[in-house]
Amino acid sequence: MKVIVCIKQVPETSEVRVDPKTNALIREGVKSIVNPFDENAVEAGLQLREAHGGKVTVICMGPPQAEEALRHALAMGADEAVLLTDPASRGSDTLATSYTLAQMVRKVGEFDLIVCGKQAIDGDTGQVGPGLAERLGIPQVTFAIGLEVADGKLRARRVLDDFFEVVEVRLPALVTVVKQINEPRYPSMRNVLRAKRAEIAKWALADLEADPMQTGFDGSPTTVIRVWPPERRSGGKVIEGGVEEVVEELAQAIKGMNLAVG
Amino acid sequence: MDFTLSEDQLAILEAVKEFADGELAPKAKETDEAGCWPAENVRKLAELDLMGIPVPEEYGGLGMDFLTWAAVGEELSRACTTTGAIFGAHVLCVYPIMMFGTEEQKRKHLTPLARGEKVGAFGLTEPGAGSDAGAVSTRAERDGDCYVLNGTKIFISNGGEAETYVIIASVDPALGARGLTAFIVEKGTPGFEFGKDEKKMAYPSLPNRELIFTDCRVPKENLLGREKGGFIVAMRTLGVGRIGMAIGAVGVARAALEAAVPYAKQRQQFGKPISSFQAIQFMLADMATEVDAARLLTWRAAWLKDQGKAFEKEAAMAKLYASEMAMRVTTKAVQVFGGYGYTREFPVERYMREAKLFEIVEGTSEIQRLVIANNVIRELGR
Repeated sequence: MKVIVCIKQVPETSEVRVDPKTNALIREGVKSIVNPFDENAVEAGLQLREAHGGKVTVICMGPPQAEEALRHALAMGADEAVLLTDPASRGSDTLATSYTLAQMVRKVGEFDLIVCGKQAIDGDTGQVGPGLAERLGIPQVTFAIGLEVADGKLRARRVLDDFFEVVEVRLPALVTVVKQINEPRYPSMRNVLRAKRAEIAKWALADLEADPMQTGFDGSPTTVIRVWPPERRSGGKVIEGGVEEVVEELAQAIKGMNLAVG
Repeated sequence: MDFTLSEDQLAILEAVKEFADGELAPKAKETDEAGCWPAENVRKLAELDLMGIPVPEEYGGLGMDFLTWAAVGEELSRACTTTGAIFGAHVLCVYPIMMFGTEEQKRKHLTPLARGEKVGAFGLTEPGAGSDAGAVSTRAERDGDCYVLNGTKIFISNGGEAETYVIIASVDPALGARGLTAFIVEKGTPGFEFGKDEKKMAYPSLPNRELIFTDCRVPKENLLGREKGGFIVAMRTLGVGRIGMAIGAVGVARAALEAAVPYAKQRQQFGKPISSFQAIQFMLADMATEVDAARLLTWRAAWLKDQGKAFEKEAAMAKLYASEMAMRVTTKAVQVFGGYGYTREFPVERYMREAKLFEIVEGTSEIQRLVIANNVIRELGR
């Protein structure tokens, strides 16, 4: 089966700071990584290929250095990689991104399944996967924790707040995956070396016959008004002493909070 | 001499570091305390193509050099000393087959070892033959199409878990070292059994077992190198083994340093972090300097090996310095941790116990000094 995996390069969020004047992310000196959920998506694609044969193509949209993210996916074992990098796609919100990715998918050609991470850890919108499915007019299953493919159908187990849901859709389809679906593999050394030498196709918007009004700033109705770091949590209270004292003090403290006991 | 790592080497090291930090290090304490073979780790080494780094690609290896192998070994040992030791012992079986094996032996035995489908071990040491390798008393007698092995090996790393063994035996004890002969012996060969697994100061999860040969018939196709050529096989293997042990020592010392520094920054005494005191700073400075010096000695030995140059003396120097360095550095790490360093809550007491191995295994410090002295006297004593 032919699987397309969409990945995004993101800053390692544990290190991200926000410039208080411009409200922009300070990216200097912050390591870029493959969005962790997208690593799960790559792993899911690789497992499907191992079970059913076929090919895994990884696509990514981003600045030229996002090539590194694609090399990581190749090192994990993906067959080929395409990067859409074009200054005109800067400022794309989820609407413009899903449009651009849809154009990329059309250019990649035939596929059975598109796998995306459930969301990116920088924007956290979770909109691009579903948006892409809409653009392509194919069924989508979000938050998958398990995938089975048979007879041209995908049976996916979704993890929701209070329950699991099993959904079956016809292929081609799009699925977004959660972290618990698998454990992304470490790259083998042979694949690391192969990935280093691999040609990564680089496309510009012109290659996609994309409508300029639907890409970049022009195609993005979203405006970011302000970005700010979450408030730092204060240190909390440390209760010290013997077991009896600690339990007593803790119990009093909890009572004092007037929490409902359920 | 140029130790600038190539793009390929850097990419491999980065990937290995990611694996070592993500997979090995978080489980290192558990791996150690389990007291059993870390099969999962060994399987992952195989999956990641780490079991045959210096083996040519045509035999299932990665076709990289010994410097790469050494640098990878440091990362593995730094993250999990037991896994690093298994990785180091494995190459003692890989290397002699790679160097002395026939085409058929390489296809049959080297390829699965390089792919990590099989684990290897090397059997030289005996109760009466340690530093005096020529005193091997395990006998190999020719009988038709076979050699019949009788005798006992001890302390064999990976023993019992490994599937392929390179065994040094004597076809003629009267000849001493010149009667030694190397054989490839597979686990499961009738007459080849495993005895006692030594209880040691450290590494409870690394087997060091007795190998017992009782009328064990080894097909003559498994003769490695030529008959009576076993001493050279053993010495060449130990040469590479010394690089392996040196890098294992660098790994454990680095682990100790990397534990000591954050602890010193965080531990407060007299109202300040202890890292602000010169007594501690000087210890950390010496530790860092010694780790680097040992690594450079080891890389030089590996580099000479990769250039096809003589490296016996340099490997002995690296092994001697690195192992004694590891003892000093891990002892200092325990000192930095103070009372906590002496407890099992922190890993540094384990590093100190583990470091001691390196001063003994693959030729004691005393034997390394003899090797170095012999070389120095020959070179400079005109």
